[in-house]
Amino acid sequence: MSNGAPLLELEGVSKRFGPVQALDRVDFAVHAGEVVGLVGDNGAGKSTLVKTIAGIHGADEGTIRFEAQEVSIAKPQDATELGIATVYQDLALCDNLDVVANLFLGREEVSPGTGGVSRQLDEARMEHQTSQLLSNLAVTIPSLRSEVGTLSGGQRQQVAVARSLLGEPKVVLLDEPTAALGVAQTAQVLKLIRRLREQDLGVVVISHNLVDVFEVADRIFVLRLGRAAGEFDAEATTEEHVVSAITGVGSEGEKRNGETGEGRG
Amino acid sequence: MSEAAVSAPADSEEAVPKSKETLRRLVQGDLASLRVVIGLALIWAIFQFENDRFLSAQNLTNLMLQITAIGLISVGVVYVLLLGEIDLSVGAVSGLAAAVMAVLNVKHGWSPYLAIVAAVAVGMAIGLLQGSLFSRFVVPSFVVTLAGLLAWQGALLQVLGSTGSINLTDPKITGLANTFYSDAAGWIFAAIVIGVYGAVLFLGHRRRVAAGLDSESFARLGLRFGLVAVVTIVAVTVLNSDRGVPLALMILLAFVVGMEYVVKRTGFGRHVFAVGGNAEAARRAGIRVNRIRVAVFGIAGTMAAIGGIMAASRLLAVNQNSGGNELLLLAIAGPVIAGTSLFGGRGSVWTALMGALVIGSISNGMDLLALSSAVKFMVTGGVLLLAVLVDAIARQQRQGSGRV
Repeated sequence: MSNGAPLLELEGVSKRFGPVQALDRVDFAVHAGEVVGLVGDNGAGKSTLVKTIAGIHGADEGTIRFEAQEVSIAKPQDATELGIATVYQDLALCDNLDVVANLFLGREEVSPGTGGVSRQLDEARMEHQTSQLLSNLAVTIPSLRSEVGTLSGGQRQQVAVARSLLGEPKVVLLDEPTAALGVAQTAQVLKLIRRLREQDLGVVVISHNLVDVFEVADRIFVLRLGRAAGEFDAEATTEEHVVSAITGVGSEGEKRNGETGEGRG
Repeated sequence: MSEAAVSAPADSEEAVPKSKETLRRLVQGDLASLRVVIGLALIWAIFQFENDRFLSAQNLTNLMLQITAIGLISVGVVYVLLLGEIDLSVGAVSGLAAAVMAVLNVKHGWSPYLAIVAAVAVGMAIGLLQGSLFSRFVVPSFVVTLAGLLAWQGALLQVLGSTGSINLTDPKITGLANTFYSDAAGWIFAAIVIGVYGAVLFLGHRRRVAAGLDSESFARLGLRFGLVAVVTIVAVTVLNSDRGVPLALMILLAFVVGMEYVVKRTGFGRHVFAVGGNAEAARRAGIRVNRIRVAVFGIAGTMAAIGGIMAASRLLAVNQNSGGNELLLLAIAGPVIAGTSLFGGRGSVWTALMGALVIGSISNGMDLLALSSAVKFMVTGGVLLLAVLVDAIARQQRQGSGRV
């Protein structure tokens, strides 16, 4: 999967909150057209890692490279401008607005109107773009004008992902995209993630659900207590190996590349 | 697993029979406009049955004049309700603005136009101040505006001074609520309204078709156009058979249409809905949430001032009671009765007009029947309670079906 230089690369990234070492010299990379599953127990630092990449809080140490250029991501806008989009677990959708309005929230298309007098939302253009985007992603939603609150969990997740794509990002971070979804809806979302890979995006999927991770991820990256605790080729490993890396119990010998493997203190 | 097999059951699960869907929307508030039209028809039928002067041209014209001030105040209240907030100061602000206008015009000899502009500016400034306090310090809007209610009532007494009452004589000011247009002018207005509405429908349809989107069928467009045309023609016929189309009604309609346009067709309006629906989501989408909040309270203060000016013009005076009594509660109750949610994110500016019509009709009808104040207060309270209950039930049902 990893063809050439990574799209996004973190090297020796550390983040400390007071006495807590949330991330400790983590190396992490995503390539174009690759889905990386980011797994780990609660408090392992998954969210911190994603928030560092998304610019919610800057890293204390370490370098971040985007398309082989060293960059600094200090605030969310920096990440957005680079082309990193994040879909958080709570989706941040307005349930009282329809699909089109949610997709374009904060970046509405405005038509100049006649002589600039009647400036107004260009609903027709926004709806047209929405329907094109969703059909590109093979997302089916009964009506683009239905309120997002009326949609199923899977559809809402797909709307949130589609919204993140409007800014034409190169890397998409998905925080627990399948949590609290039923079987059919999970399948829809996983299908969408595969679509993102086909469109040559770099995708990072945080998940507790190893079954889902194995279903879509090319590579699985394990964090434990703020440290990289293993990296696996999804095709060539088993769930037990990943679980033992997550928990730190079991055969340490299965770990792959670049792993320091200190004991726990 | 096969993807086709997976997506099929999910889709059919969402398909709901159409008639059931309509019933659900009626209950849950999406079709609240239809609900309020039915309610209004019932109210009119009952009062007409009790007193056949209720639906006379003269009384209906009076009704229009009676609802102008409250309707205008409600326009601002709708914006605040869309945010999920409340402004308890609008009544007091309307009284204070009217007093400012009266004092400047009558005591200081300002031109009526300047006095009106100053009064509106006072209302806007108060709204912006309250909005800033509410958003900057994250104090509940209920508390900020409750403090405002008291403070602005005090300011009203202060501005009016020892006389306690100022009579308005300037024809420009009294004319606002006491001007009626000739029959011909009325028909010209009607033609403009119908023509503009038709053009808007047609152009909107053409844009959607040009963009390759589904549009409403011609039958439905025709139905909507026909409905508006008939209502307009009937209204002008009735008003013309009395004193003519009142300027006050034109002012109210202009603000309702204008502010509905702002809330439904502009980016600002979309952001108001977004903040009311999910402020955190709005913030993350890059919307400056506090700016929206301050602006909305500014609008509420402005509309309260305009309503207060119209009320003073109709009364021909400003006194210590201006903007007091049940005006505040009715201005909030109106939009809620007509379907704007108290919980934010749902509603339209039309509910300001429809709510004012419902409340005005009840009040007007009870006056015609010469009911005592005791009965009037209890009935009005009951209607307000009913409206809030309907809103709450609608919300519960939405939550029950997984919608917030």
